Amino acid sequence: MSRFQDRRTFLKGAAALPCLARAAGGARRAEDEARYVAEARYYEKLPHRKIKCTLCPRECVIDDRERGYCGVRENRGGIYYTLVHSRVCAANIDPIEKKPFFHVLPGSTSFSIATAGCNVNCKMCQNWDISQVRPEQVRSLYLPPKEVAALARQNQCATISYTYSEPVIFYEYMLDTAEAGRAAGVKNVVVTGGYITAEPLKELCRRVDAVKVDLKAFSEKFYREVVNGELKPVLAALVALRKLGMWTEMVYLVIPTLNDGDQEFRDLARWVKTDLGVDVPLHFTRFHPQYLLKNLPVTPLKTLERAKAIADAEGLHYVYLGNVPGHPAENTYCPRCRRVLIQREGFFVRSLHVRGGRCEFCRQPVPGVWEKS
Amino acid sequence: MSRTEASRRRFLGGCLAGLTGNACGQGRAPAGQAKQDPAAGRSRVVIARDPALRAGGGPDSARLGKLLDRLMQAFYGVDNALEAWRRLVRPGEVIGLKVNCLAGKGASTHPELVEAIMERLQQAGVRSRDILVWDRLSEDLESAGYRIATGRDRARVMGNDLLGYEDELSAYGSAASLLAKALTQICDGVINLPVLKDHGIVGVTLALKNLFGAVHNPNKYHPNTGDPYVADVYMLPPIRQKVRLAICDAVSGQYEGGPSYMPQWSWPFNGLLAARDPVALDWTGWQILEQERARRGLKPLRDAGREPKWIATAARHGLGTNDPGRIERLEA
Repeated sequence: MSRFQDRRTFLKGAAALPCLARAAGGARRAEDEARYVAEARYYEKLPHRKIKCTLCPRECVIDDRERGYCGVRENRGGIYYTLVHSRVCAANIDPIEKKPFFHVLPGSTSFSIATAGCNVNCKMCQNWDISQVRPEQVRSLYLPPKEVAALARQNQCATISYTYSEPVIFYEYMLDTAEAGRAAGVKNVVVTGGYITAEPLKELCRRVDAVKVDLKAFSEKFYREVVNGELKPVLAALVALRKLGMWTEMVYLVIPTLNDGDQEFRDLARWVKTDLGVDVPLHFTRFHPQYLLKNLPVTPLKTLERAKAIADAEGLHYVYLGNVPGHPAENTYCPRCRRVLIQREGFFVRSLHVRGGRCEFCRQPVPGVWEKS
Repeated sequence: MSRTEASRRRFLGGCLAGLTGNACGQGRAPAGQAKQDPAAGRSRVVIARDPALRAGGGPDSARLGKLLDRLMQAFYGVDNALEAWRRLVRPGEVIGLKVNCLAGKGASTHPELVEAIMERLQQAGVRSRDILVWDRLSEDLESAGYRIATGRDRARVMGNDLLGYEDELSAYGSAASLLAKALTQICDGVINLPVLKDHGIVGVTLALKNLFGAVHNPNKYHPNTGDPYVADVYMLPPIRQKVRLAICDAVSGQYEGGPSYMPQWSWPFNGLLAARDPVALDWTGWQILEQERARRGLKPLRDAGREPKWIATAARHGLGTNDPGRIERLEA
């Protein structure tokens, strides 16, 4: 399996780097495995060579020689290791709008990377072929943090995105790369399910500039049955992000029959307003049948528009629709003068009227990350 | 020279003779499956024990071979071990031996047992090159004392890391996995060779759970003490259809601290268990482990928060029975 989309573009920029050229050109060797292994930052040692992972709310207790739920962390003799440091299974240069971040450097590109693995198992996962496999089951490149930062700069990317699978599970690599990115003048953004415990999240927020959380639904039932996780820790992470002053956007993938009820939209919008604030962008995106939910249809546009209408009515300032190219709800509107601030078409920005973090027309502050490093 | 020694020599000769050919056996009618259940409506679980089985640190190979013969004769109700094996396999079939090697030496399927089974398979007409000893990872096999063998001219010993997985998902209930090609493409039939031991998350690991080694994502199937995941994985058709018999390595049992090897919680059971019904075998093995836990003053798995409820789920799926009244337990 290979996930190096836009490969020509990517490799063109990367060709000067010997490490990448070597990894891309040849088969992975057994001795290469060791370079992906680093001790995990968050775990507790238990008796009899067991450990408890404390990185995510799952808190897996893991025997010697076993791995956690994520499949990328292994107990070796009572020491817990990540097996995916610098082990990139997907790398692309994407528009930042694809993440989607609509209030982070609009029109810029983001150097986007992922490793194998995930700490949940969503039935609608669009990247299951990398998120639901172990690192040795997918083709990977060795891409250490400084090389990522260099590639990002070389390709004029304003940010590095940790995305596609679940960056929480490649936490150590993400931290080290974010540090290297900052040193190189590149910002860092995280695309996550938000299934992370408080301490690691706090540490992460010291190194990155924006976080987009995929809130899969607003019910524990959905999280239990469709995500194989829990809602409560995700809500806690969202609240923590706001308290830590992190720029946060949210995506809600609307899946027919599973999380598309009016009351759920309303409960969600009210919670966002109360616990996060009206300025947190909320993206309702269209579902396409994937992975284990191939039996469901594409989300009707009317459902998405209903979700937006409910969230708008609750007073949220920035409610967007996603995966509906050309829809006016892809644009950013000033909450005061209602003029179009950012006109988008798909992943492309057609016009931009935010200057210095304010509406160009009425000077209303528009929250987000607008300045490059 | 005993028959066993002669057979071993012939077996090793076969391995080294440089036989060539395609090991794949797709399209052949499987043996073992169509035969009438020996217990006629009940699930037979045979337990064979030999108090003098162990010599030094491991099993005595000759005694283990004899114990295996006794086990198979009792299971099939025949007085000749070869006849028993002939009821299980046919010449020309590719037979997989799914061992359990995660724990390394001490709590993995003993190579001595596998060697004895390979010998009997060849006596029953299965060619050496048509035998695949297989587990999830080659390094696990090596750590349990196996030597990796990939040549097509003799019995192969390999992990899924070398054999690969299917590209398309197989799904049942909570399980959605890529299946090992060892199971789907290479083997006509599989003999399941679990170990009698405790599991710190799902309670016990026996016949049903050993097939976690046939899927690419076993790490996803441990929540809720493995229920219903263990049962659901076994429902995937190639598993249900190809696994013909479980022979549980109970030379040693481990009643606590599994699946890793913990010598302080290991005890010499000196036996083997056999069943066609994986649920009956797992239920029986679970009771043996519970008895040993009780004898050592440990609380039952239910009170330890890891009762293997997936055994009952597997019974509800129709994979077998966990009803003691429907399990014919034979001591051989």
